[in-house]
Amino acid sequence: MDVTLTFKVNGVERTVTTDPERKLLDVLREDLHLTGTKYGCGEGRCGACVVLIDGRRAFSCRVPVSAAAKRSITTIEGLARNGVLHPVQQAFLEEGAMQCGYCTPGMVLSAVALLREKPNPTDEEIVAGMNGNVCRCNGYVKITNAVRRAAKAGR
Amino acid sequence: MENNASTPLFQTEDSSLSRRGFLQVLGSGILITVTDRLASAQGFAGTADPRVVARVHLNEDGTITALSGKVEEGQGPRTELSQAAAEELRVSIDRIRLIMADTDLVPDDGITAGSRTTPANVPPMRQAAATARELLTEYAARQWQADPKKLEVNGGVITNKSTGQLMTYADLAKSKEVVAAFAGNIRPDVAVTALSEWKVLGQSVPKPTAQDLVTGRHQFPSDITRPNMLYGKVLRAPSYGATLESIDLSAAQAMKDVVVVREGGFVGFAAPTSHRAAQALEAVAKTAAWKTNPRAVTNRNLHAYLKEHVDDSRARPNATGSIEKGLAAASKTVNASYTLAYIQHAPMEPRAAVAEWGADGKVTVWAGCDGPFRARRDVAEACGVPAERVRVIIPDMGGGFGGKHSAEAAVEAARMAKAAGRPVWVRWTRNEEFTWAYCRPAAVIECKAGLDANHSLVAWDFTNINAGGAGIGTPYEVPNTRIVSVGSDSPVPQGSYRVLAATGNNFARECFMDEMAAASGLDPLRFRLNHLQNPRLRAVLQEAAERFGWSARVKKVTPELGVGLACGTEKNSVVATCVEVGIDRKAGEIRVREICQVFECGPILNPAGLLSQVQGCIMMGLGGALFEEIQFEDGKILNGSFTAYRVPRFRDVPKINVHLMNKTDIPSAGGGETPIIGIAPAIGNAVFAATGTRLRSMPLRLRQGGTTD
Repeated sequence: MDVTLTFKVNGVERTVTTDPERKLLDVLREDLHLTGTKYGCGEGRCGACVVLIDGRRAFSCRVPVSAAAKRSITTIEGLARNGVLHPVQQAFLEEGAMQCGYCTPGMVLSAVALLREKPNPTDEEIVAGMNGNVCRCNGYVKITNAVRRAAKAGR
Repeated sequence: MENNASTPLFQTEDSSLSRRGFLQVLGSGILITVTDRLASAQGFAGTADPRVVARVHLNEDGTITALSGKVEEGQGPRTELSQAAAEELRVSIDRIRLIMADTDLVPDDGITAGSRTTPANVPPMRQAAATARELLTEYAARQWQADPKKLEVNGGVITNKSTGQLMTYADLAKSKEVVAAFAGNIRPDVAVTALSEWKVLGQSVPKPTAQDLVTGRHQFPSDITRPNMLYGKVLRAPSYGATLESIDLSAAQAMKDVVVVREGGFVGFAAPTSHRAAQALEAVAKTAAWKTNPRAVTNRNLHAYLKEHVDDSRARPNATGSIEKGLAAASKTVNASYTLAYIQHAPMEPRAAVAEWGADGKVTVWAGCDGPFRARRDVAEACGVPAERVRVIIPDMGGGFGGKHSAEAAVEAARMAKAAGRPVWVRWTRNEEFTWAYCRPAAVIECKAGLDANHSLVAWDFTNINAGGAGIGTPYEVPNTRIVSVGSDSPVPQGSYRVLAATGNNFARECFMDEMAAASGLDPLRFRLNHLQNPRLRAVLQEAAERFGWSARVKKVTPELGVGLACGTEKNSVVATCVEVGIDRKAGEIRVREICQVFECGPILNPAGLLSQVQGCIMMGLGGALFEEIQFEDGKILNGSFTAYRVPRFRDVPKINVHLMNKTDIPSAGGGETPIIGIAPAIGNAVFAATGTRLRSMPLRLRQGGTTD
């Protein structure tokens, strides 16, 4: 049975009428056409689907859309402000930390969540914070450098 | 150089005469085409009929479009081909619009594979662009009655310094007489820019799509959205070889918003959301009756099975000297058998496609696969339409690694879209990708070698069962060899993987070289150099050993700390790898602590891009070396998820030291494959150095079991 839900996406209030069991990932992509958030595994083990819910990292492929009701969601499309890239996005650009780039939105958002909690992460904390995100191309070295660079830029 | 009037190497085409698609996308102007007659004259494979390999279009509004049949899947051809065009046209890279892999517009370049883009596509792209530059120069010289040698092209503007006259590519494109004046009359020997003069090539140019990738704007194949689009799901067999006998579709057909398609064994469901399509599938899947075709082979008895099913009917052994005499005369012989598991490519974006049929009966398919023209043929055949009525577009896609030569999702989407009369989207789940994408072949590799009294190899017998012949030859000097690749009966679908069988063949060869070094009592580096003449391979090996500090570190090996090395050559590039591993004896764990790799593939076209590729190969190689293995039983994949199938993660990243050698006196070769080949053998050799245990199976494990994440 469909339900009507309201939540904020990238600062804008959105209302959807849908099966509450659908995953937030699918609603973002199929109903709201925000395709920057990617499917990678459907089990929260690769991080391609990472979004921020109330500022915290969430694997949107595991979150029923009903659990997002009344909450505030940030996707990759909402990270830049007025055309100015978020420092993490900027750092990924400067390090060239992407190859195919399919994992990049999830990587960027995981890094944003990590740096919110730990603005000056150690290398061990970067590994721990990013280990839920998989890159296959495989850019871990440059991605790690980008996270370090973003942390430095935030200081 | 062959050149006759009917098959010009270069052509100018008035694009108003070309197909409608060209005109719509490119506008009016001049189209310059290069065929592979030129490429074959430079030593690349040509075909009977000249095949178009590059196109450059100059629009009257100044837009410059380069067209390539290659596919961008992360390995960087978009950047590299844009650099090639920009370099020769003397414009900045942001002036180049590169259209890739659109079958209505680009040349048929087959699949994107084998590190071929750099050696086979960059040169003709440069030729096409240089031709455009030359055209402009000659046209301007004619207009101005000037000496073409005294004109300068810079930033897309041609200047006559003595008179101050200026002309641009747009002026050239607008000229009505230029096509007539130059058609079929362009010199085939247009000079490309010397390496010493490069301004765009050879630079660390960022990806043209980087901004769109970090903002989520880039549309991968699975992101394509069309008006009125439905989301599709496909019924899958329970095991390999199973065929559908019957199914009761009524429960899905009763779902008013669902389109159900059945064509023989193909059963698809298209619905307004992917969730709804999955519900339709689930509603009927249990009613399906299958005829299964079980085979008593699992990943545990796989290697015995492959040996029992050897098919050498098509084997072509490569022999020098006499292997029998060589072995008979040896003072010491060693035998060993190496094995490789099946692994999956697991690109981050699974197979995906969107298909849309037009009122004109033509279908457009956006797909994530690396053979756009193969996809076009497959869609045409499945849908019963001529290939001309199929347009395949490959948006820059989310990884491939040799695993996306086939275009299943494109066919599935096209079938469902045809039945639904609406665009249909298909994206495989991770489990579908693990199960129904083909695997990298497993292998058994049998090695036998003989040493003489002077510790020199005198015989080398090497047989690869099932994985193939890539990289099977030995770069070492051995007088008597027999090297052969034989087939077998693969119990799971298998196909290409990054660098093909060269990973397995180099693993076996380089580990076995270590075994021979141990048998001769020589240091592995010394033993290799004693048998190695290839100067490029010697150079990277010596450089890697020096940078790693091999000679000092090899003396400090302990049971908990080992060092190992490996080298190899493939795809006209050379690599050497040194590693340090830590051994946790209690846990039976191998921890790779450091990797030092030296790689050389000729002149480097984009240092940052190449570094990414080498780092990527190192980390991907680590997965196959240490964890990755497809487990299967009764024709079913048992570990088809990222929980059950362990891929390298951040926590697995060792200290990585990559050195790229820029060798400028040979043509550039591709760099996205060969850097993977040294990883597994170097690790195996390091484990042996520490523990005395020779691990001969990939993935390398000190204890059995445990590949889950």
